[in-house]
Amino acid sequence: MALLDVERLSVEYQTLQGTVRAVRDVSFSLPPGRALGLVGESGCGKTTLARALIGVLPRNARITEGAVRFEGTDLLRLPADQFNDYRWRRIAMVPQAAMDSLDPVQRVGDQMVETIVLRGNLTRAAAADRARELFAMVGLQPDRLRLYPHELSGGMKQRAVIAMALALRPPLVIADEPVTALDVIVQHQVLQTLRDLREALGVSLLLITHDISVVASLCDDVAVMYAGRIVESGTVRQVFAEPRHPYTMGLRNAFPSLRAEQEHLVPIEGYPPDLAHPPQGCAFTARCPFAIPRCWEEDPVLRAEGDGQEAACHRAHEAPVLRVQAAEAFARLAGDEIRSAPREAC
Amino acid sequence: MPMLEVANLQKHYTLHGGMMASVFGGRRVVHALNGVSFNVEQGQSLGLAGESGCGKTTTAKLILKLLRPTSGAIRFAGRDISDLEGADLLGYRRQVQFVFQNPYEALNPRFTILRAMLEPLVIHGIGASALNRVERVADALRQVHLDPPEAFFMKYPHHLSGGQLQRVVIARALLVEPRLLVADEPVSMLDVSVRAGVLNLMRDLTRRHGLTTIYISHDLALIRYMCTTTAVMYLGTICEIGSTAEVIGRPKHPYTQALVAAVPDPDPTRAERVVKISDTVPTPLHIPVGCPFADRCPMVMDICRTVRPALRAIEGVRVACHLYEAPEEVH
Repeated sequence: MALLDVERLSVEYQTLQGTVRAVRDVSFSLPPGRALGLVGESGCGKTTLARALIGVLPRNARITEGAVRFEGTDLLRLPADQFNDYRWRRIAMVPQAAMDSLDPVQRVGDQMVETIVLRGNLTRAAAADRARELFAMVGLQPDRLRLYPHELSGGMKQRAVIAMALALRPPLVIADEPVTALDVIVQHQVLQTLRDLREALGVSLLLITHDISVVASLCDDVAVMYAGRIVESGTVRQVFAEPRHPYTMGLRNAFPSLRAEQEHLVPIEGYPPDLAHPPQGCAFTARCPFAIPRCWEEDPVLRAEGDGQEAACHRAHEAPVLRVQAAEAFARLAGDEIRSAPREAC
Repeated sequence: MPMLEVANLQKHYTLHGGMMASVFGGRRVVHALNGVSFNVEQGQSLGLAGESGCGKTTTAKLILKLLRPTSGAIRFAGRDISDLEGADLLGYRRQVQFVFQNPYEALNPRFTILRAMLEPLVIHGIGASALNRVERVADALRQVHLDPPEAFFMKYPHHLSGGQLQRVVIARALLVEPRLLVADEPVSMLDVSVRAGVLNLMRDLTRRHGLTTIYISHDLALIRYMCTTTAVMYLGTICEIGSTAEVIGRPKHPYTQALVAAVPDPDPTRAERVVKISDTVPTPLHIPVGCPFADRCPMVMDICRTVRPALRAIEGVRVACHLYEAPEEVH
C-alpha cells in the first residue's frame, strides 16, 4: 500500500479576478521509502498542492474535490483535531524559505525542544536529548543548539529546520524548495545530508522544487506539473531520459547544463495560462509546437504509457519521434532558429 | 587598449556597530573587495562567478559608479572614471548600461512602459523629435520580441510577466546605444522555460550591436553558456580567471574545483561528485593573512596561511594558488 495516495485533488482560490483553479484533478501516490520530486514553474500549483496535503491552505483557498489518503486514512475527511495529530508526527513539512521560519528571538534549541514537548509528549529532558541527537544527525554540532537563528549561516538554519521536521520520526517529510536560497556548495552539502537521512531513516520524501537538477540528484520518482496539473510522471531516469510530454521535452532543452554538450538553449515560447480562465483543451497547447486541433478542444488525462511512466498528452504515443524533433520545433515556435555554437566547446 | 581596466580595486565598509562598539572603540571593517584586477576587451563577454558575499555585485556597482572604491582604479576606454563629473559622467552612464536581477524593481510602477523607455532618450538627448523617440522605443521593443510594440506602450509594469519585464529592461538598456552592458543575475528571478529566451536574446543582441558584456551570476551553467571568459571570485578576490572552457572545463584552483563539482546535474545518470570542503561560509569581517580560501581548502599547505598567493599564469589561465607555484618557491 502506498504511504500517501492523492486522488483527483482540486484546489481553488477565490480572488478579486475570480476563481483561480490552482490545482486541477491531481492524482499520484508515494510508496513508503521513496522520494518523489514535484517540479514545475512558479504558479503551477506545486506549493498549493503541498499545503493542501497537510491542511494549511490560506483562507481564500478551498479543496473542491479529491482525497488525500495517508496510510489509508483520508485526511480531508478528518475532524480538525485529528488532522492535527498527523502534522509533525506523521507528516512533517519543511516550508519554503524555511530559514526564515525560525523564531528570531528564541534559541534554536529551545524552539526544537518546545516542538518536541508539545507534539511528542516527551519530557523536556528527553526532548533536549532528542534535539542533540537530531542536530548531530543533520551534521550540526549539538552545541549550536544554544545559538539564536541570526548566529547561524543559511545552510545551518536549513539543517536546523530539517532536523526539526524529523524530530518526531515522521514517515513522510514534505520539503518545499529546501535548497533554493542556498549557495551552490552549501546546497550540495544539504542535498547530501538529505540523501543520507533518507537512507538512514527510510523516510519518504515529497520534494517540491522548480529545479530539475535538484530532483535528479535526490529523487527516485518525478511528477512534472504544469498549470495546476501533473502532465508527466515516472521514475527520474525514465522521465529525464525519455520524456513523453512536450513540456518536459521543452524543459530539458531550456535548462543550461554545466557538463552536457549543449550548443544552444531553446526557450519555451509564451507563458503559462491564466488559471482564472483555464483553456478548454490542454493548458500547454498555446506553447506546444506539436499541438493538433484535438489539443485545443479536449484536455488530455494522465495515462499510463508503459513501465509506470504516465503522460497527459494526446500525442504521447508518438513521443520517440517528437523527442527527436523537439529542440528544433520549440526553437521554430520561438522564432529562434538554431545557430552554431557561440563559444569554444568546453 | 582594453575597453575596461579594473586595477587593484578595493572596497571596504566600516561598521559603526552599536553602543558597545562606540564605547569600546571596536571598529569593524567589512572587506568586500580586496584587490581585484581584470581587463575586458572590446567585444568580450566576461562572467564573474562566485557565491553570495564574494564581491561580484560590489564589483559591478563600482564599475557602474554607483559606489566609490576605497582604493584602486577603473579605466573605461583608457580614462579613469573616478573623477568623472557633469556631462562626462552622463556620457559614461550612457555608454555603460546595466540589467539587474529583479525586473519588478527596475521599472517605476507608476510609469507606462512607453514613458519608462522614453526617459533615457530624453535624459541623453537622443532622437530628433518626440515622434522619432517613440519610433526608437518601438524598434527596441520589437528587437526584444515584444511585438507589436504599440500593445505594450500603455501597459504598466504590473501588467507584464517577469520575462516580459526583463525584456523591457534589456530594451531600455540598449536604447541609448551603450558600449558595455553589465548584467547582474539577469534571469535568476525568471522561470526556467522563460530564462532560455531571455539569455538567447541578450546574447544575440549584444553580439549584433558589438557590445562588450559582463555577466554576474552564481550560476556557472549560465556563465558557461553566455561568456567567453570567466573569473571566479572568492572573498573579495579573483582566484581564477581565463577562458570559460578552461576555467569551468578544467578548473585549477581548489575552490573552482569545488564550485564546479557542487553544481547538481539535470542528468540523473551522472554520478554525484564529492565536494570535500566545509560549508561554513567565511565572513568578510576577518580576512585571513594568507590565502582567503585556506580555512576550507582540502589541499592547504603551511604557506597558504601566511602568504597570499598572487594570480599567476598557468596553462593559459591565471590562478591564485600556491599549489601551482614551482616547488622551490613553496619551500
